[in-house]
Order: sequence, then C-alpha cells, then structure tokens
Amino acid sequence: MNAVNRRIYLYNRYERFWHWSQALLVILMMITGFEVHGSYKLLGFGNAVNLHTVAAWTLLTLWAFTIFWQFTTDEWKQYIPSLKKVDAMVRYYAYGIFLNAPNPFHKTAAKKHNPLQRLAYLALLSMVSPVIWGSGLFYLFYSSWKSLGIDAWLSLEAVAFVHTAGAFMMLVFFIAHVYLTTTGHTPTAHIKTMVTGWEEVD
Amino acid sequence: MLSRLKFILPLMAAGALLAAPTASAVPAEPAAATAPQLETIIKPKASTADHSKFKELNRNFQTGPQVTEACLICHTEAAKQVQHTKHWTWESTDPKTGQVRGKKNIINNYCTSPVSNEKDCMACHAGYGWKDDKFDFKVEKNVDCLICHDQTGTYRKLPGDAGHPVYKRVEFPKGSGKFVEPADLKKVAQSIGMPTRSNCGSCHFFGAGGNGAKHGDLDASLQHPGKYLDVHMDEKGLNFTCTTCHATSSHEVSGSRYNVAAAVKGPAHIRGKQDESPAACQSCHSDKPHHEAMLNQHTEKLACQTCHIPEYARNEIGTEASWDWSQATIMGADGKPMVSKDSAGRRKFDSKKGTWVWDSYVIPEYRWYNGVSTYKVIGDKIDPSKTVQINEVGGAPGDADSRIWPTKVHRGKQPYDKVNNYLTVQHTAGEDHTALWHNYDWQKAIGAGMKAAKLPYSGEYGFVDTEMTWPITHMVAPKHDALACEQCHSKSGRLQGIEGVYLPSRDSNKWLDMIGWTLVMLSLIGILIHGGLRIYTGKNKGQHK
Repeated sequence: MNAVNRRIYLYNRYERFWHWSQALLVILMMITGFEVHGSYKLLGFGNAVNLHTVAAWTLLTLWAFTIFWQFTTDEWKQYIPSLKKVDAMVRYYAYGIFLNAPNPFHKTAAKKHNPLQRLAYLALLSMVSPVIWGSGLFYLFYSSWKSLGIDAWLSLEAVAFVHTAGAFMMLVFFIAHVYLTTTGHTPTAHIKTMVTGWEEVD
Repeated sequence: MLSRLKFILPLMAAGALLAAPTASAVPAEPAAATAPQLETIIKPKASTADHSKFKELNRNFQTGPQVTEACLICHTEAAKQVQHTKHWTWESTDPKTGQVRGKKNIINNYCTSPVSNEKDCMACHAGYGWKDDKFDFKVEKNVDCLICHDQTGTYRKLPGDAGHPVYKRVEFPKGSGKFVEPADLKKVAQSIGMPTRSNCGSCHFFGAGGNGAKHGDLDASLQHPGKYLDVHMDEKGLNFTCTTCHATSSHEVSGSRYNVAAAVKGPAHIRGKQDESPAACQSCHSDKPHHEAMLNQHTEKLACQTCHIPEYARNEIGTEASWDWSQATIMGADGKPMVSKDSAGRRKFDSKKGTWVWDSYVIPEYRWYNGVSTYKVIGDKIDPSKTVQINEVGGAPGDADSRIWPTKVHRGKQPYDKVNNYLTVQHTAGEDHTALWHNYDWQKAIGAGMKAAKLPYSGEYGFVDTEMTWPITHMVAPKHDALACEQCHSKSGRLQGIEGVYLPSRDSNKWLDMIGWTLVMLSLIGILIHGGLRIYTGKNKGQHK
C-alpha cells in the first residue's frame, strides 16, 4: 500500500487538449442536437441550430489538427485493433471486477487502450463517426441540395433519420465511456490521468 | 314609432355598410417630413403638367361623367384602358383554369353578391351609373377617373347613387344629423395626381362595409402607418404608397388575389423592366434575400409572408372572423330591429345582417397555395352537408409551384337554395319592399336577388356554413418581428398539420425515437446495476488494473 507508485506520462498536452475540447464539443452537440430533434426545449431552436453548427465546424477543425497529430506522432497505431486478451477483458468487466480480480490489462505509453477499448474506439471511428458526419454534412449543406441535384434522390427526413440514429449511438457510447472512467483503482483515477497526463502504475 | 324605426334603422345600417367608400374624406396624405433621402425613390416627382392651368378643366362641372369627358380630351386612351381592368368590369378570368370570377360573378361570405344591390355596392365601382344589369360597359364617360386620382380628399361616393359622387348636400347616414357636402368638381379635377393610399384605401380598406372588416391586412390604419404595422409603408420611413409595389401601367394594376404570384423564383428585378409580378416581394428582394443560406432555403417551401407577417390585423381595428347571416331578421325584445356592438365598438349584431365575430392581432391559418383559387360562382352546385369553400385554394404539399402561405379564413353562414343546392343571391340593399334591409323578409329578398341573377329559385332556403380563404400579404412586419424559428420548429408550432415538409423538431421517426431512448435507458440501467454491484461487493476498492 505504501509502496512508491511508479508514474508514467500517458497523455501529452495536445492529446489532453484534444480529448477535453472534443468532449465539450460532443456534449454541446448532443444537448443542442436533441433539442433540434425536438426532444426538449432549452436554448430555442434557432440558437440550438447555430450552436450545433458552430460546434460541428469547430470539431471538424479540431479533428484536422488531431489527424495530423496522430500521424506525425504515430499515435494512430493506438487504434489498431487486437483480439488478444479481449476475452480476458470481457471476463474482467463481467465478473472479475466484482471479485477483486486484477485488471488483465496494463497500460503503457505504447499501449494506452485495453483491447476492448481499442475495439470500441475503432467502432466509434469507423461506424458511428461516418454515420454522424456523413448525414451531418448533408444536413449542413441542405441549402445547396437543389443546385447540386441532391434533392432528386435524397430527403431531409432520411438524413435526419440517419443523423438521429448516429446521435443515439453516440449517446450510448458517451454513457458507457463516462461510466468506464470510474473503473480505475479509484473512481476518479482515470479522469485524473486524462487531466494531468500522468498514470500511476505498480 | 315602429314604422319610423323600421324606416330609419335600415337606412342607418345601409349607410354603415357602405360608409366605407366615403372614407376618402380622410385627407390626402401629407408629404413626408423625414427620410428625404428616400423621397426621390418613393414619391413620384412633381408632374410636368399643372392641371389647374388647363382650360378644359376650368369650368364648373355638374356631374362626374362631365369631368371624365374633359379628362379624355387629352388622355384619349385612359377610359379604354380602365375598361379592360377589374376595377371596371368587376370580372376576372383565371389564366390557368379559364374560370370567370370577379365580384360580379362570385358569391362571397361577406355581403354575398352585388347583383340586385348595384345602387349601393357600386359606390366602390370606378364608374358612374351601374345600377342594374343594363349598365353599358362601353360608355367611356362613365369611367370614374376621380375616385383614384382626386387629391383633395373631398370626393365622396355614397351608397344608393350607383357610383355617382355626392352632387347635393345630403344627410349621411340618414337620421344621423351628419351631412356630406358635395365636392367642388372643378377643384377635384384640377387637383388630380397619382393615386395615394387614401385613394386606394377609400374602397380597399373598407371592404365588406367596415374598416378592416374584409381583408384583415388592409384597413384605415395604413393611412398613417408606423414601422411596426408596415415596414414598407411606415410614414416616417420608406413611406410606400400602394402603387410602389402594385406597379401600374395602362391602368392595369399589378397584383391581385384572383391571380396570386405564389412562388416567384429568381433574382430581384430592375424596376421598370418587364415584370410579370412586380407586386411580389421577390421582385425587389429576390428569392434569396437573407444572409444565411439556410434561411434562403426556406423560400423553396414558404411564402415570404409566412414569416414576415406573423399576425395580421395588428391593431384595435381588427377584422371580421365570421359573419352569420342566419341571425339576420331577428328582432330585438321589443320586436324592432336592433344593432349592437362589441366591447371594441365594432358591429356585433344587426337585425339586417346577422352576427359578426371580430378579432385583432390574428394568427394566420397556413395553407399550401399555388396562387390559383377556384371560386364558387353564381349557380355553382354545393354540398350543403359540408362546409362550402367559397374559394378552393390550389396547390399541394411539397408541390414545386406551391408555397406555405398565411391566410385569413373567413367563416360564414349564408343562405342557399335547398332544392337546387347553390348559394343564393339576395336583394339586401334598397328601399323597395323586397329588400332584406327594408322588409326583413328572406323569402322576398332571395326571390328578388335570384330573379336579378337569372337563376331559378325553388322557394326553399336554408343556411350553410361557408369558408373563404384570403392570402395575407400586407402589413409586413419589420424583420425583428418576423417569426422566430421555434414558432414553427416545435411540436405544437404554427405549422402543425402542414404536410409535405420534414420540419426538424416538429417531426421525428417514432420508431427510431423509441428504440434510441430504450437503448439509452438500458445503458443507464446497465451501469446502475454494474456500478451498484461494484459498490456492493466493495471488492474492487484499492484495486487497479
């Protein structure tokens, strides 16, 4: 217990900036998006649309920088999926966690995400993101549909349907993601790491 | 006493009904004192002719037609031009459907029809002497130049004179103790100028026999409007007259509810250029007038008026929401005709005409509309088991040539022939024994009206519910008063029930919502169970991965 814990620097300044600003933008877009969808009244439809649009462009800009960062730092490799130890992770979350079993995954600077996390993030990137951004960009450029001839084969209703479906997936991811941040050695350990960049390990 | 009242009250009511046109007593609008930079755009420049210097006009005219004859000495084509317009013929042919409409041919649910009532109704005809079906539409001197061009504000036409102005001092309304002086026709003729708001308004503000009664977006408040009421006509601002938008050439006034340019596309037009619909908003503003593309996109589904006229009748004058003729001929408790007013002083009941309901600051009813209306003309069959549409508004949800328009729907209850199933023409105005307002006898009034309309009458009448739909286009609000997004983009917004558009916030896929929120709930329940178990077992405390 009193052993001096080793600390490793997991998330550098840009990565933390990127993560938290993305988090804020995604939360903002969910709040405004579900208002535009008609789930509740909060900011007013016009304000919600404007904020949603600004947040979308901001997030796209952030991603442009982040993609550049991922490739220049080789961090993109963190998302290469691996099936190794996935079953162990599933078993851990399904019952090991209740039985004081050790987490089968050990974070290192080269492998920040557990195998389940890798799969989840890859699914987010390759499935949820295209659904949201594909439909979202059509939505954003609705006013140009006519001049581009898009209105002949696409309806706003269909785009809204796909976009909303993506939004629900995002919301479910968000709930699970936030919950799983509490599964560190203390409920706030993961969050602290994401704020400071430093992870305490044995 | 009874006979005296019977005599006076009908006259008073008839007077009230058609007092409207007499409102040209409102003086011609003064020159605007402010916004001089706009003066040059809005105000017609001084004429190159001073009509008071013309010897043709320097004589004492006895009648309207004499003045017209003098006008025609120089303006040789003017009468012929006017005779081609609705202001003269009271008739209009739909270019798309070929249907012949116009006041002469339709039966509306306000005063119903001028047929058999010409002597009164023609106080608003741009002519002299239309008192029955024998009126000769080719006589040029019977065109009334002055009702549109008088600038003295003294030229008045009263009901009962078949369109002639007041020639002799007369008590009006009869028994009121108020007198109308005849205009000095020489002065009037010498004053003439381009039509002002007073000229057009003398009839158009007072349709259906009362200030604001008919249109709702046209009433006497537009004589001196502020910016809130009408951003274009604002007396201290742009100060438009009616003809600024209703550009006119050869006396053909542009813009008409009979043939509405409902979905004008493309850029703004250069004024003066050949223009099919100069009165349409788009002719100045284009179909993409906003800075934001997303707002411009709305013009593919919405008329400009839908957002920019958030309410009509935006004043205390108000407008009539309904007119129930079935209550006419009901007498007061003393068996005598009676009249009553609502709390705002607007007519509420009249034994001659029935009951009215008025409204102010009215939220329009929205309809898809392509500019084509099909009217019930005299003799058209109706289905009395349903509400009769005086005009069927054309257009379909999502149709490329239709837009969502704000409309005033005026609801009426009016007589129809129960055997022949058509709306009846009734002889209301007049002092003969068949006139409804004189004798309070529907049977005789309908009999006389139908005879004048040359339509068989079975002798059995009933009352049927009717609706008349008027596109709203005047009283454009300043931009800050336009509708806010959420007034339509919400579950219970203005466009509830409008089909053919996917309206974010109003519309959503019920199944997707159900599945989506179920998944969200399951996730939350899942983490509650998982988290609860973690706390309960307490065994992961102090652990790390």
